[in-house]
Amino acid sequence: MKKDKLIISKKNFSSRLIVGTGKYKNMQECAKAINLSGAEIVTVAVRRVNITDKKKPLLMDYIDPKKITYLPNTAGCFNSKEALRTLRLAREIGGWKLVKLEVLGDKKNLFPEMIETLKSTEVLTKEGFKVMVYCNDDPLMAKRLENAGACAIMPLAAPIGSGLGIINEINIRIIRKQTKLPLIIDAGLGQASDATIAMELGCDGVLVNTAIAKAQKPFQMALAFKNAVIAGRQSYLSGRIKKTLYGNPSSPKSGII
Amino acid sequence: MKKKIKIKLNGKFKAINNNSTLFNIVQKNKIPLTKVAIELNQEIVDKKKIKSINLKNNDKIEIVHFIGGG
Repeated sequence: MKKDKLIISKKNFSSRLIVGTGKYKNMQECAKAINLSGAEIVTVAVRRVNITDKKKPLLMDYIDPKKITYLPNTAGCFNSKEALRTLRLAREIGGWKLVKLEVLGDKKNLFPEMIETLKSTEVLTKEGFKVMVYCNDDPLMAKRLENAGACAIMPLAAPIGSGLGIINEINIRIIRKQTKLPLIIDAGLGQASDATIAMELGCDGVLVNTAIAKAQKPFQMALAFKNAVIAGRQSYLSGRIKKTLYGNPSSPKSGII
Repeated sequence: MKKKIKIKLNGKFKAINNNSTLFNIVQKNKIPLTKVAIELNQEIVDKKKIKSINLKNNDKIEIVHFIGGG
């Protein structure tokens, strides 16, 4: 297991759990949860500096970007233009090229707007960005994103923040079979076992925010997700037994008294 | 009294001195330059050059940074 690394855009990571930094009560809670989760990559949003309240704590003061890889996202963007503007600004803050593209199409279900997502992936890739793409669980669209130069495919398990877990295992399996790119389940997980299922399906990692940040005990949940991802990955690599319709005794049939 | 111009900083109107540079705005608002990106009228600004960027009436400045997000 020692050499089993998550490789994204030629960079090695030991942890296969990526966590979001939103929705925590405060920065201290966020920083502690990240630490407990063992995550080496965190997603961050790009927003206006608060000009009126200069004492507002800064994310960078709590989570050191030299130690933890920041993955700027385009959360809240509903078209390609907004997403490109956001990520160009993110790059300007300090050279971030590894980014998470997320173009939403509907304010209620928060499903990705895939046409705009695909367009943005093409442009960003040409501009030298390494684009990890939040997408729906459609194998055809995943293929198109791959062809457009995405560096990781990140299909949703279920709507963002819904906690429903993986709705369409079959599609995730198909995407896994067709791509050699890192496949990371992004959005919709609700509990640690959902992460284990994702890893057992052969995903390379999971991205979790709400399920940890909004758990009644975020620190404990951060640890639970850390362990769940490790368990799922080990289980996947171990090669599970075949399912059978009938029972198969675990103790020898011979020598019964 | 110095002549004032009107600019929009992060969505809010501000009256500033006519001969202000972008650097003056950054300094006045105690912006940590290494942790932000700056846009002037939707064009990204090279942070090294802000001392030589003079602001005009109706300029729109956006200063952004990273915050928590999923």
